[in-house]
This record gives sequence, structure tokens and C-alpha cells, in this order.
Amino acid sequence: MPNILEVKDLAKSYSDFNAVKGITFDIKEGEIFSLLGPNGAGKTTTISMLSTLYTPTSGDATIGGHSISKDPMAVKQVIGVVPQDLALYEDLTAKENLIFWGQMYGLSGKALNARVDEVLEQIGLVDKANNRVKTYSGGMKRRVNIGVGLLHKPRLLFMDEPTVGIDPQSRRAILDTVKDLNKQGMTVLYTTHYMEEAAELSNRVGIIDHGELIALGTQDELTKQVGQTDTLILHVDENEDPQALAESLKGEPDILEATATEHEVSIITPQAENILASVVSKANERGIKIRSIDIREPNLEAVFLHLTGRALRD
Amino acid sequence: MTKLFLIGIKDLKLMFRDRAALTFMLLAPFLLTIAMGFVTGRFSGGSTGISDIPVIIVNLDKKDLGNELENLFFSEDLSDLMEPTASDSPETARQLIESDQASAAIIIPDGFTESIIPAEGTMLDQTTQPEAVQIEVYTNPSSPTSAGIVKAIVDEFVSRVEEGRMSGMTSIVGLMQSGLVNPQNAESEAQSLFQNVGETESTAITLTKNTEGADAVDFDLLSYFAPGIALMFLMYTVSYGGRSILAERSGGTLPRLMISPTQTFQVLGGKVLGIFFMGVAQVGILILASTILFQVNWGNPIGITVLILAAVFGATGWGMLITAFARTPAQVATTGTVIMLIFSILGGSFISIENFPPLMQTLSKITPIAWGLDGFTTLALGGTLKNLTEPISALLIMGAVLFGVAVVIFNRNGLVQK
Repeated sequence: MPNILEVKDLAKSYSDFNAVKGITFDIKEGEIFSLLGPNGAGKTTTISMLSTLYTPTSGDATIGGHSISKDPMAVKQVIGVVPQDLALYEDLTAKENLIFWGQMYGLSGKALNARVDEVLEQIGLVDKANNRVKTYSGGMKRRVNIGVGLLHKPRLLFMDEPTVGIDPQSRRAILDTVKDLNKQGMTVLYTTHYMEEAAELSNRVGIIDHGELIALGTQDELTKQVGQTDTLILHVDENEDPQALAESLKGEPDILEATATEHEVSIITPQAENILASVVSKANERGIKIRSIDIREPNLEAVFLHLTGRALRD
Repeated sequence: MTKLFLIGIKDLKLMFRDRAALTFMLLAPFLLTIAMGFVTGRFSGGSTGISDIPVIIVNLDKKDLGNELENLFFSEDLSDLMEPTASDSPETARQLIESDQASAAIIIPDGFTESIIPAEGTMLDQTTQPEAVQIEVYTNPSSPTSAGIVKAIVDEFVSRVEEGRMSGMTSIVGLMQSGLVNPQNAESEAQSLFQNVGETESTAITLTKNTEGADAVDFDLLSYFAPGIALMFLMYTVSYGGRSILAERSGGTLPRLMISPTQTFQVLGGKVLGIFFMGVAQVGILILASTILFQVNWGNPIGITVLILAAVFGATGWGMLITAFARTPAQVATTGTVIMLIFSILGGSFISIENFPPLMQTLSKITPIAWGLDGFTTLALGGTLKNLTEPISALLIMGAVLFGVAVVIFNRNGLVQK
């Protein structure tokens, strides 16, 4: 398949801060490509440049053959954008919102009405179409937010962390919608800091951290980078200090990495079963109460940990 | 252009769904107008309108038309409104104005009548036609409303005289060309016609005819306070509209608009149009309501319509300027409220600017309220669109200049972070 998006050395700097440091990647037509990275990694800035909202400091990208710098209006016709934060008029109904945004994309008359009805069907809000958005739950608002991005049937859809702050049921619905859209032929650039979402949706994943694309490939290609390692996750009580435990585990035999988050300690090891007893013993020595233990096979979280020394949610 | 209107209409729709904004834009000015009505005795039958405007008449012409104008100011019809004094000296009259003892002086120059009705024997001789002489209205800048009323009456008089002169000339030439009057008799026919014109105008140039009765000339104080309050709250509305630009920016809808295939000028123009629509709707509703409920006489409907559009345009310029300098919606709200209060005092929403010292009167010219009130007062006193050239021009220039400055600032800062 041809590339619908080609990014070349794209960078964005502010006076004393490099938000995106010259990233290069491409997306093939029909793919779901995820940009995976923690908050502040540069995902939204990248999307903002690609959607022509921000002007790149250097580099360029072409979308559907059009340069984002030289021909932004042509790019805007190709892309649809679902921003991270809700961008809706809460005092308008869902239908009124869709009609207004459809008009901004040049739709009108019967074609607009038909498309609005289709989208309402697609996001499952036909029954509540005439309610004001401010009366909706967070998940419903997210669905309208997505619906706006779909109105003009874009070839390439940018979805910037569309599941942040919503309930599991709505999250499931959104992930299913993304898969459905992709099945219908839409290419999707999906940004997230949830490893599970990237793993479930993506044909390929780009891992971004501190404005740099530090890894790129299919899940298999990426997990091979960390080798055949397991991730052991210790969940500790709220009043415990996971950082102290992580520090004490570093350098122990068969422990490659040990990092702490708020109530967890993540340990990268070639074989989780081999270190289980010694880890529990170490925790007991320090008087740290372990609530539960998870053993995970190589995944994108481990890749991120391996590449950065930090957990994705750090 | 379609998108521009769609954005404007969307903003208008959102305004009508914002109960808090509606309360402030419509209910508050309405209640304040009622309060002012009670305070001023408007609802209890008291009459506290503008009256006894001191005016000096210097009639150097001493002939038909000059006398007609002088008589007009001394007429019974204007006896409540005007307090005329006759003088023979233009210098004395000007000194009285400069010493703030009168609102205006009308100096009717020698030869005024002859410049309109040529002397016998010179009627049809183009080479001997006298040069047009003009009536001078010397106004007191500290009494703009009263001076404006005097000027409006003189303008109306001159306008009618000029109409009569032109129609008279046209008639004579037409009669000569059709052979109904031979050139030898044309002179006497013309004299007769002009005399009739003078006589006709003598009776036609009255405020009674212009304002449908002498009662209409009595200035209804609500015709001053109602627009004053409407214009004050118009300042709130334009800052509310400006705030919506920044609220859309922080709420994400403005960036979303910029991502859509919509040009920046359409987005900004649409937002400006939205503010304009809101202002027109607000002032229009207030005027309609006060007309129906309080029988406020706003005056000439065409003049009112044009003045509303111009006043809202001028105020929108201020709204855009405040928005361009602010970084958050809260800043616009705070600044907008402060400016609303300052402008309403400075512009004369509560106290006529005629009572202000000269410096404040000069400063009031930066407010759309002062210009708007000037226009509304003129209309309420029987003026028409042609009497509104100055306030309408000032408001349009104000709006255009402020909008231009705002666009420069927006361009420099970017509508959204770049």
C-alpha cells in the first residue's frame, strides 16, 4: 500500500523547549499507526503540526501528497481530527454540533443531513441526538467528539488520546469504533499512553519520548528489542514506599530493571518465576506489604521501560 | 462568506441559550430602564425633558427667509423647547457662546434671502446670480445635545428652502421650454413662484410638520436613558462576544475550526459577525420592548436602524480590541466590565455629557455610547438619517480603526498558539 503520510525530520521548538525533535516516520494507507508515549512526550504537538494547526520549526510532512507547510488547505480536506480535549459546543445538541462542523467541512443540504444521520448511527447517539451536549456523560461527549472528526469521511483520521478520562464501557466502544473505521478503509493515526490500546489496535507502533521517536515497528519487532524477558509487577499498599523497594532490588541476580510508580514496582527479568521468592523476601525484610503480583510476558510497556528506564505512566 | 455567516449565526444561537448572558444583556438593562423611568418621574407623569435651550438669533438678512427662520425659533411651537434671544452682533453672539451662556448662535448673513430668491431683473440671468450664502450655527461644545437640536432645526429649514428653490427653478425652465410661459413673462412668473415657495416654506418649516405635532418635540427623558442604558449594556455584550473568542480557544473549538478547511479570516470574521449579531439583537430587542411597553418615541425608524448598526459596529471594535489584548476569557470579562462602567459614565448613559467639564466631554468622544446617544437624541427630537452624518461617521470610523488594530494584534499573537 502507498504511504498516505510521510513525516521527515519534523521538529517544533519553543523559546527554551524542544517539544518535537526531528521525527521521521510514515503511515501506509489502511494502517492503524499508534504513537505511544507518556504525557508530555510530544504526541499532541506532532498531531497539531500534522493537522496544520502549528507551524513546524523545521522539517515537513506530506499527507495524501500535499505538504503540510506549503498546501495546508489541501491537507485539511484529507484529514479528520479527533482532539484530545473535547472540542464541542455544549449548549448545542449533538445534531446541531454535527451540522455546524459538517458545514465547516463544506457539507450542505441533503448530503449534510444524510451524513449527520449516518454518523449519529455510527456513534450510537440517534436517540439522544437532540439533547444538548452538556447533558451528556463523558463517554457520550467523547463519541460526539469522534463523530465530528468523521463527518467528511477523511482518508486519514488523527485520534489524539480519545479514551482519556472515560469509563471502561465507553472506552471499549471507542476502540471498537476505531477498528470498524479501519475495516471500512480509513487510515488512523492514534496517540495514546495506554500500552494496551496501542497493542490492541495497531499494525505498527512508534514509541515517542521527550520529543524523540525512540522505536518504530510492529509489536513483534519492538518486543524483540527487549529480548525474551518477563515483567514482574508488585502492587504494594498505598502507604508503602515502592521506590525504596525498587532501589533495593536493582543489581540483584536476574533483575535487569526495577522501577517504581505510585503503588507499583516493575521488574524486568529473564524468568519471573526464578526471582519471585527473593523479591517477596526482600519486600518482607523491608516490611513492605505486597497486595498482589502480576507476571507479564514481553510487551510494549517492557519495551518502553527497556528503552527509557521509566514506566509509561511515570 | 457562507462560513462567516454560519459562525456568526452559531454564536447568536449560543447567546440565546446562555441564560446568565441573557439576564445581563436584556433583563438587566430593561429593569434599569424601568428604574430610571421611576426615578425621573417618567412613569408618574412628571416632565423633565430637555427644554428652554438658550439660543441667540442674529438676523443680518432682515428679509423674508431670514425673518422666517427667526420667527420659527420664536414661534409658539418651539416655546417650550427654545429660549431664543435676538442679537444684532455676531461677535456678541459668539462671545455669549464662548462664555457658556447659550447653547448655540444662529447667524443669518446679510443677503441670505437674495441668494435664494434673486432680486427682480436678475432671476434668469446666470451671470448675475448671487453667490450662495450660508447660515452659520455657532455651537457650544459643552452643550452638544442642545446644540445638536438647534442645528437639526436649522438644517431642516435650509433643506426645505433649498428644495423649494430647486423645484421653482425647474418649474420655470420647464414652462419656458414647453412654451407655456414666454421669456418676457418668465421673470414675473418666477418671482411669483419664489414668493409662493417662501410662503409655502414659511408654513411648512415648522417642527409640527417634521415631528408630527408639537408634543413629539417635547423631549421624553426615557428617549435619552433607554438608549443610554442599552448602549451601556451593549458594551457588556461586545465583551461577552470577545470573551467567546478566547473561550473557544481554551475550549478547543477555535483550534478545531482552524483545523477545518476554513480560512483564518473566515473564522475571525465569523466571530466578529457573531458579536455584531448579538449587539444588534440586544439593542433591537431593547428598543422594541421599550417602544411597546413604555411608548418611548425613538424617532425615525430608518435612522434608528442605521444608527443601531453603526453603534454596534463601533462597540464591536472595542470588544475586539479588548479581546486582542487579553489572554483569558476572565481577563476580557474583567476588562470589559470596567470599560463598560467607565464608558457608560463618560458616554453619558446616566448624566448628560453636557454637564461634564470640557476635558471629559472631549474624552467622551472615544466612547460609542456618546456618539450613539448623540444620534438617538437627534432622532428622538425629530431628526432623520441625514442629521446623523456625524455620529454615524464617527462610529464607523471608530469600529474600523479598532478592528484594524485588533486584527494586527491577533496576527502578531496568532489566533491559536502557533
